[in-house]
Amino acid sequence: MPVNFMPTPQELFRFAPEMLLTLVATIIMVLEPLSGADGKRKFAVISFLSLAAAIALSVAAAGDPGAAFSSMIVVDGFSTFFRILVMVAGVLTILISTNYLRMEEHESGEYYALVLFSIVGQCIMVSANELIMLFIGLECSSIASYVLAGFLRDDKRNNESALKYFLLGSFATAFLLYGVAWIYGTTGYTNLSEIRRVLLDPNSNQNMVVISAATALMFVGFAFKVSAAPFQMWAPDVYQGAPAPVTAFMSVGPKAAAFAMFLRVLMTAFEPVKDRWEPLLWTSALATMVIGNFAALRQTNIKRLLAYSSIAHAGYIMVALTAHSDIGTAAAMFYLASYTFMNIGAFAVVTYIARKGERHVEIQDLAGLSQRRPVVAAMLTIFLLSLTGIPLTAGFFGKFYIFKAALDANMVWLAVLGMLNSAVAAYYYLRLIVVMYMQAPSDEMEELPAPSVGIQAAMFAAAAATVFLGVFPSVVLDYAGKSASFIR
Amino acid sequence: MLAPITTGHYLVLSAALLLIGAVGILMRRNVVVIMMSIELILNAVNINLVAFDKYLHKLNGQIFAIFVITVAVAEAAVGLGILIALFRNKETVLVDEIDLLKW
Repeated sequence: MPVNFMPTPQELFRFAPEMLLTLVATIIMVLEPLSGADGKRKFAVISFLSLAAAIALSVAAAGDPGAAFSSMIVVDGFSTFFRILVMVAGVLTILISTNYLRMEEHESGEYYALVLFSIVGQCIMVSANELIMLFIGLECSSIASYVLAGFLRDDKRNNESALKYFLLGSFATAFLLYGVAWIYGTTGYTNLSEIRRVLLDPNSNQNMVVISAATALMFVGFAFKVSAAPFQMWAPDVYQGAPAPVTAFMSVGPKAAAFAMFLRVLMTAFEPVKDRWEPLLWTSALATMVIGNFAALRQTNIKRLLAYSSIAHAGYIMVALTAHSDIGTAAAMFYLASYTFMNIGAFAVVTYIARKGERHVEIQDLAGLSQRRPVVAAMLTIFLLSLTGIPLTAGFFGKFYIFKAALDANMVWLAVLGMLNSAVAAYYYLRLIVVMYMQAPSDEMEELPAPSVGIQAAMFAAAAATVFLGVFPSVVLDYAGKSASFIR
Repeated sequence: MLAPITTGHYLVLSAALLLIGAVGILMRRNVVVIMMSIELILNAVNINLVAFDKYLHKLNGQIFAIFVITVAVAEAAVGLGILIALFRNKETVLVDEIDLLKW
């Protein structure tokens, strides 16, 4: 096959955000040992600026959409949306990380380099149109996250979190790969559009049992990455043990990217065999919502509670995936955008109240926060109300569009059960608000110093975005609706 | 005279490796053995990919296999690094003794 291996400038431009971030992350790794103990702060600034530049490049690249590198990656509205989303998540993560790392005396360039590498992997995941690329992006993002989860290497909780994440993560990836190998073997292609073409071809005479089995194996890998039932058990342990800013990052960035890749694979390559995977997704969506919400009811640790809440949110997004329509895709995109802001916001507050060594992450540590730090308490209230799905916040419209998509797809029961689940969720979110506002602070509580500039910036930005998406949802939703149809 | 080795033989070998790996991950307590089991599954994938390539007369699978090998090495390096960090703090490599985070 005659292929010109030299990429054109146009193709390179479409891949420019990833190249920029890789370059900057590598430079940070080189400069890290050369900088003194007080020079670490500049790495935060460098990575912040490079992410801003990469967002600008993604916007510029969106002006000229299309495939690149023999259609290994494809830049369309969908990938641009998620590229920008994971980069914004990265920016907010860096803002809440700097002060935390300094407090734990672990500030180093490696942290920022790993965040950037992880974001590069996520950008590749969301724009990959090819199973090989998808695997590389996934591993790029995962391997960096494994290290980040155990970043404070003297902390036993960090060690354990990283090990659990690593073992279960690589197990899931191995299964995903086994499924991919069989898909390649039966269809003869690794390109998503080609696989779709073969599956649609009535003369191709595919063995449907093998295709279904391979899809199920791939589902194991995807379900693990988005923490959907029955592969959600790693999430609470990993989220609880990892450093708070890393948990904030892991619960949004890799998750959004994994959902994007899941959506693209389902809606392009495996759309012709949707009858096979629809019952699987239906069951998984329901189980994810139920397990997440009911397990969250009895948690006393805030990080663990938010971990179960993030499982429940994955369940809502799975409902949108089950609907497998353009409306469902747009709803999932909108939900992931609003979830990113409200979850990072909530974790910014958790990072702030945790203090050194993360000693204060129990729900009781929130007692009287409204008197001790009224602004922080108000911010956390906005995030929790949005996670509950109260009108005028982003979470309300997110859930509204998802259940509307489910109803449009004639999944009345799934929509009803989903709504009942979000009523259960109100209990544990409102309980946090009650503790903050109705309980007096105990006398032993130490003084809470004012939040650092980074945490304040992240909190206000996330709160502003949450309210903005709640009042003007159409700004994002119109874009999502336009870019929800894939190049097939 | 032995029968020639066909694609089917490779697929059976690969399925056997997958099974051994999966059972190893679920049954073994030692983290190092679990990592070895994960490597077994990845090698099952590689055998599959290369066998399908031979059958389909294509190259994608072999290229894929090279990527899988490369990434598996990186992953194993990170995994062993994490394990060493854990061993320094806890002096154990048995999964059932790593139980700090539980509800």
